[in-house]
Amino acid sequence: MTLLPEIGHFSLWLALGVALVLSTLPMLGAAYGRTDWMALARPAAASLFALVLLAFGCLVASFLRDDFSVLYIASNSNSALPFQYKIAGVWGGHEGSLLLWVQMLCVWMVAVALFSRHLPQALLARILAVMGMISVGFLLFMLLTSNPFDRLFPTPPDGNDLNPLLQDPGMVSHPPMLYMGYVGFSVAFAFAIAALIGGTLDATWARWTRPWTTVAWMFLTIGIALGSAWAYYELGWGGWWFWDPVENASLMPWLVGTALIHSLAVTEKRGSFKSWTVLLAILAFSFSLLGTFLVRSGVLSSVHAFATDPRRGLFILVFLTVVIGASFALYAWRAPTVGLGARFALISRETTLLANNVLFLVAAGAVMLGTLYPLLLDALGLGKISVGPPYFDSVFMPLMAPTLFLMGVGPLARWKQAQVPDLARRLQWAAGCTVIAALLTGWLAGEIHVVATCGLLMAFWVFGSVGTDFWERVRPQGKGLAEVWRRFRQIPVALLGMMLAHVGVGVFCIGVVMVKTYEVERDVKMRVGESTTVRGYTFTFQGTRDLEGPNYSATRGTVAVARDTHAVTVLYPEKRIYRVQQNPMTNASINAGLTRDLYVSMGEPVDNDAWIIRVYVKPFVDWIWGGCLIMALGGLLAVLDRRYRRNKEVKA
Amino acid sequence: MANGTALHCARSGFVLRQPVRWLLAGVLALVFALLLAPAPARALEAAPAADNPELEARMVDITSELRCLVCQNQTIADSHADLAADLRRQVREMLEAGKSRQEIIDYMTARYGDFVLYRPPFKATTALLWLAPALMALGGMLALVLVLRRRSRMADDQFDPDDAEEADLAADKPTY
Amino acid sequence: MKKHLRFLIPLALLLVLVLFLGAGLQLDPREVPSPLIGKAAPGFALTRLDQPGTTVRRDDLLGKVWMLNVWASWCVACREEHPLLVAFSRDKLLPIYGLNYKDQRADGMQWLSRFGNPYDVSLFDSDGRVGIDFGVYGVPETFIIDKQGVVRFKQIGPVTPEVIRDKIEPLVRQLNG
Repeated sequence: MTLLPEIGHFSLWLALGVALVLSTLPMLGAAYGRTDWMALARPAAASLFALVLLAFGCLVASFLRDDFSVLYIASNSNSALPFQYKIAGVWGGHEGSLLLWVQMLCVWMVAVALFSRHLPQALLARILAVMGMISVGFLLFMLLTSNPFDRLFPTPPDGNDLNPLLQDPGMVSHPPMLYMGYVGFSVAFAFAIAALIGGTLDATWARWTRPWTTVAWMFLTIGIALGSAWAYYELGWGGWWFWDPVENASLMPWLVGTALIHSLAVTEKRGSFKSWTVLLAILAFSFSLLGTFLVRSGVLSSVHAFATDPRRGLFILVFLTVVIGASFALYAWRAPTVGLGARFALISRETTLLANNVLFLVAAGAVMLGTLYPLLLDALGLGKISVGPPYFDSVFMPLMAPTLFLMGVGPLARWKQAQVPDLARRLQWAAGCTVIAALLTGWLAGEIHVVATCGLLMAFWVFGSVGTDFWERVRPQGKGLAEVWRRFRQIPVALLGMMLAHVGVGVFCIGVVMVKTYEVERDVKMRVGESTTVRGYTFTFQGTRDLEGPNYSATRGTVAVARDTHAVTVLYPEKRIYRVQQNPMTNASINAGLTRDLYVSMGEPVDNDAWIIRVYVKPFVDWIWGGCLIMALGGLLAVLDRRYRRNKEVKA
Repeated sequence: MANGTALHCARSGFVLRQPVRWLLAGVLALVFALLLAPAPARALEAAPAADNPELEARMVDITSELRCLVCQNQTIADSHADLAADLRRQVREMLEAGKSRQEIIDYMTARYGDFVLYRPPFKATTALLWLAPALMALGGMLALVLVLRRRSRMADDQFDPDDAEEADLAADKPTY
Repeated sequence: MKKHLRFLIPLALLLVLVLFLGAGLQLDPREVPSPLIGKAAPGFALTRLDQPGTTVRRDDLLGKVWMLNVWASWCVACREEHPLLVAFSRDKLLPIYGLNYKDQRADGMQWLSRFGNPYDVSLFDSDGRVGIDFGVYGVPETFIIDKQGVVRFKQIGPVTPEVIRDKIEPLVRQLNG
């Protein structure tokens, strides 16, 4: 037995102390103009990061050393657990994932401290102080109700094992990415609060806030996509989004974050709608906090929810009421004094961006309503209902259609004043190609389907618009190819990022529409040598064999896939039993392709020599996550723009 | 064959044009048919898992909107729980007996309440749920239009001076 | 001033939301209330667990207040409540009928002889269909049915001394007049 857990625990207490200093002195210093107190912000943030990192390191080390005298490790690990899942196990349960949350917050804090040479000292002091306050809340939460370092006596000989569903590469990457995004909105939040307190809300503030928001949004996009992809290949029945309360808890901040990015564009460019943007910045992080509450309090039933305790739920509820309540109160006090910014017409790019805001916020509101409605009715004694995918699909899709339409119009609309006839003229080619492409795709896929065609229309519309925008900017006007290159290099990188991100949305849209409409599923009873053909692919069952994994026993089936007599791949679906918890797991085998996935999972053995096998052909399903990745890359490009320019100025 | 006599009389380079053309067409048609036709069913074609695939598809369609009460986060179609298997069997039997979708749903809600439906029924208590998104969208757009209209009526001095050059705005030059 | 009030809307909405979330902390989202309360108990005709030849029907039980307890030999939580039921049955407050749910006859009989038999009669529901009719989704569950055959109360999960004392006994006394 080592003292690593005690060191970790003590480190968290020290971190709390530093966080308290960080929350108070720099903030007071900014109020009273005391540079020595303000100057504490950066070193305090750095020390906080170091202390939390030490605690985090102690927990990781204890996991790797199989220290089952720690309750959390005994509940979430096992000596036979593979190395990478011992690390992932650190955030596999409630207490450890909280430590990850605080760790991510510290990473963002240090990043802000490092990349803020251009910020006025008072603003930076306030920003770091606000982040410090948030960390105080979470550290207190951990230390008072959810200590990952609690000991367990007597020490059990071995641990309970990590839930087999979590023993997957997805567990290694999804939570860290997701938390980077979730927690990252705290930076925009801190910028907003700092600006409201200091009274320095202007276009420059928007320019500084923008890259932080975009990066957080990027991480959240990737985090959500990873979660979805993981569910798809892990859970064995091919779904990728269930509108589960915990999934919605991550989608809501994403929707508000997307609105925020677009609103920041308006505020930065034209100084308009400053108070609205500030409200969105507060709202995005508020949804992150709400999500944290929903996942850990037990008020909603979810497959992802952590083991709960009403005491913990109450703490988070009080915390979020204080944080969000104080923020809204500050907003109500300061926002009315903020100026209106530059003027713009009813038809202009500003308006399309604001319309985008309305739609994304309504979408977030609809998701929130659907997620919380069962709770609402139950609390009012009006009975118990369930709200599931049929509701969300029927409400969310119609909201996204006008959003996508606007996505095609907005980038081409001029700032300040745009003309509808001018826009219509410029977009007529895009419109025409859109209709043809949508119909053609439907026809090639097998049949033209109304809803699918609408979705495809929207996706191709976005592509067409981006193409039009791009062409307008690089059109050589008779001067040849060199001119195209020259004009291309003149396009601001941020704009290329925007175009790429919008293309990503279109790609995502195609993936969703194609898979929902044209996927084929077939359940068959297969004996060795028997086959079934789906969409031209012939799946032949070649038998099973038993094997032993590191911490499980499995029956592995072999299914050969061929198309028109030439072999495509061999798939190996499995049925596993994890030895410690004795739970059965179905592992699907997938052959991923650019235009389709081949997906096979095993059911039960029947008739003493056959197996029930489920075969899917899913067209374009990888475009769903590919689209998300492209969106994130677009965000990355947008952020890189600023760095490049700033470095250039420094050199000059 | 039409025009057979004409061909006999023509005696040009295209002797037997019509029969050859039909023959070619026939061969091409056969080739296309072979290319586009689905792969012929192999001798060892696997049987569908269900006894009645069409009924099974209808059963899955109905049960994928029903909530499994045991695990509570899966549909009855997907769940491995015993109760889910029992309820799937029940739905199959009801479909075989000719019951309609609504009758099956009523059967479920009579025993388990509205909780078992993933698609909440439209009633007085859920009216807000179903109508709110559309109302919010319309309301939001209306609010936006009204706010913008109001701003367009305000005097210029209420706004910040507009420093941006028209050309820069058009080129989307970044503001640094 | 009116303009300033508008800016308080987010705060107001937050407070309403927090109220509901706070209320939510006291509730259990997984508990499914029974739609059968106040309605006639579903009809059934089941054989006795101990006598496969004898059938008991719902209508045989009209005219008395009775308790239906759903149990199974494979159910771990049932062992928790069973001693309580055995003790409760000695008070002879009302007849207790067991519904042996998705079990084997031999296993069920063995379990009763091992842990005690509080039931006047145990009914054998091998395929669980009667359970489905009663809206059973877990074991154990307990129902109180009145003289007219209407379901009056459902307990989800094991009965506890508090449930017996505060809910079942007063209800039975009230139904018996």
